[in-house]
Amino acid sequence: MLEIKNLHARIAEDETEILRGIDLTINAGEVHAIMGPNGSGKSTLSYILAGKDDYEVTEGEILFNGENLLEMEPDERAAAGLFLAFQYPIEIPGVATMEFLKTAMNAQRKARGEDTLSIPDFMKRVKEAAGHLNVSMDMLKRPLNVGFSGGEKKRAEILQMSLLEPKLCVLDETDSGLDIDALRIVSEGVNKLRGPDRAMVVITHYQRLLDHIVPDVVHVLSKGRIVKTGDKDLALELEKNGYADYIDTAA
Amino acid sequence: MNASAPIKHTQAESDLLERFDSAKEGLSGSVAVKALREAALGQIRDRGLPHRRVEEYKYSDLRAYMKSAAPLAGAADEAAARSLIETQDGFGDLDRYRIVVANGSYLAALSDVEALASEGVTLTSVAEALAGEMGTKLVAAPKTGPSDGVIALNTAFLQGGVVITVKSGVEVSKPVELVQVATAKGAQSVRNRVELGEGAKLRLLETFVGDTGEGELNTVFDYELADKSALAATRLIVSKTDAAQLFTTIATIGAEAELKSLGFIAGPQFSRNQQFINFTGENSEAKIYGVTMAGGKSLADQTLIVDHAVPHCNSREFFKTVLDGEAKGVYQGRINVAQHAQKTDGEMMTQALLLSEDAEMANKPELEIFADDVLCAHGATSGQIDEDLLFYLRARGIPEDEAKTLLVLAFLSEAIEEYGEDDVTEGLEARVRDWLADH
Ligand SMILES: Nc1ncnc2c1ncn2[C@@H]1O[C@H](COP(=O)(O)OP(=O)(O)OP(=O)(O)O)[C@@H](O)[C@H]1O
Ligand SMILES: [Mg+2]
Repeated sequence: MLEIKNLHARIAEDETEILRGIDLTINAGEVHAIMGPNGSGKSTLSYILAGKDDYEVTEGEILFNGENLLEMEPDERAAAGLFLAFQYPIEIPGVATMEFLKTAMNAQRKARGEDTLSIPDFMKRVKEAAGHLNVSMDMLKRPLNVGFSGGEKKRAEILQMSLLEPKLCVLDETDSGLDIDALRIVSEGVNKLRGPDRAMVVITHYQRLLDHIVPDVVHVLSKGRIVKTGDKDLALELEKNGYADYIDTAA
Repeated sequence: MNASAPIKHTQAESDLLERFDSAKEGLSGSVAVKALREAALGQIRDRGLPHRRVEEYKYSDLRAYMKSAAPLAGAADEAAARSLIETQDGFGDLDRYRIVVANGSYLAALSDVEALASEGVTLTSVAEALAGEMGTKLVAAPKTGPSDGVIALNTAFLQGGVVITVKSGVEVSKPVELVQVATAKGAQSVRNRVELGEGAKLRLLETFVGDTGEGELNTVFDYELADKSALAATRLIVSKTDAAQLFTTIATIGAEAELKSLGFIAGPQFSRNQQFINFTGENSEAKIYGVTMAGGKSLADQTLIVDHAVPHCNSREFFKTVLDGEAKGVYQGRINVAQHAQKTDGEMMTQALLLSEDAEMANKPELEIFADDVLCAHGATSGQIDEDLLFYLRARGIPEDEAKTLLVLAFLSEAIEEYGEDDVTEGLEARVRDWLADH
């Protein structure tokens, strides 16, 4: 589903190199976890996948279901099935959450040549997904993310993900800011989306999330490179010993 | 300015002098009104149209803009007026009363005279009133300073308009739309007066349909709010025209009264919405909102002066501007607080969103405070669309144009929503979308 080959990227503004040769292949049905110290480039990788133009790819390529992802606009990537749950979802004053959800869902449907959702159908989907994620209708009446607590914002991201039904879900520290119950609820929401046609990249610092969303593969990212790949036990080992072993080999 | 040095008239000014000579016989008015017209024309003759060296018109040089002045529009064709109103209505199924001023004159035949009368609202033709005792009162524009050039132009050529009088204690049940119509090309010079009796309440919607061709549209509204009355006035200055769009409000607010207004500008090449708000009674409030959209090489000017001459009054000014292309936006807002106007609360904010590099916003908020126990603040911001917000929306599959529309609408809606006249919100937002679709 996703093939990243020798990806080098820098910050467009000051040309600081952040990603220094990433190779990563993710097949349909798989869940990959990416762990790594602060500042190692995890969010940068997720932004580059989503198409943020603060970064410049200097080498390498990314194929998404065989297509050259780097040539697509952010909205085209989304319509093609890529979804990024942001580490820091931003507040958009004046844009009503429901209006936003409807616009996003219909824009993607339109791009794929599907019919616009009827209002009752849309409402039904939102109510159902919101119910599962314990998101109140009251929250949905507010402007997008405005005044949402940290945890509410994360839940709202997963709500969007459930409604948009992407093929590749990239979750950037979705667990941070969630209380214990919310972590379980959100994980259930994510697990519901697991399936043979879908893949996930779960960026996290904590083993705890991976107890709920059990990964097939775990990678350690350090200084812009993947320095170690293993199975779910790698996460357990990191939880115990920290990154010291791997950072040194990378240096 | 030195009145004794004769100025060299522009083409438009010469046209205006000629227009006056050929029109003055037909323009109604008592002897006193005629004298006021002559004096107003004299001002144009001596000083010319307002231009950039007149402080209030520093950013909006009408003299440079007007290349010529078309004659006044002739009498309106009733059927044509009716069909324009029906086909160009921008507020769909909004249930409302309607008052029509066509080609500069009140058109009773198309106005809801009886229905309004049954609610306690009377309508009087300004053209007729000018000939009578009320004439000079209608034309005199106190409190605006002696010499506003746009008002002088209005006075000299004043054709007509309507006086809307709401009886004391009457709360008009539906919004009233005062629609100005142009069934034929030609300039229009209109004055409308809104008189609210004590405790009266009115929601007014001021619109325009038709095409004045090259002729300027100059409309003055005179609002007089008696004690405890409330007026909400939504003004639409929406048309793709080269003709200068000149609008003036002169408001006098009694005690415990409330004036709310929204000036909505979208599309014209040159527009100015100027407002002079005067508090004459205590414990009153004025909430003045502005929503402006300008693109191409157009200029849109929102100017206001709020005079706190008495204590214990609040004013809130909130203006939003979106500019594209090489457009220029102007906001000039001044709050004056007289020495004895203690406990005044004035809060002024102007925010601009620039969609292009060549667009330009002149923000000039001013406070002039002579009292010591007041709460006054002002702020001005100017910026581009937030790229992070745009990216977030696009990352959810919303194409760039649509995402921009959402953000611009969100930006402008803040003012529309705070204005809070729910029954016009949808119509206004539809106009914002129309404008964005063109830009
Ligand atoms: N737009 C930017 N401008 C300047 N520096 C940036 C920008 N984006 C990322 N960086 C820098 O690049 C490095 C990698 O950042 P990134 O956010 O990808 O790290 P991360 O692995 O997600 O860290 P964390 O675990 O703290 O979320 C950091 O040093 C960061 O400061
Ligand atoms: Mg990060």
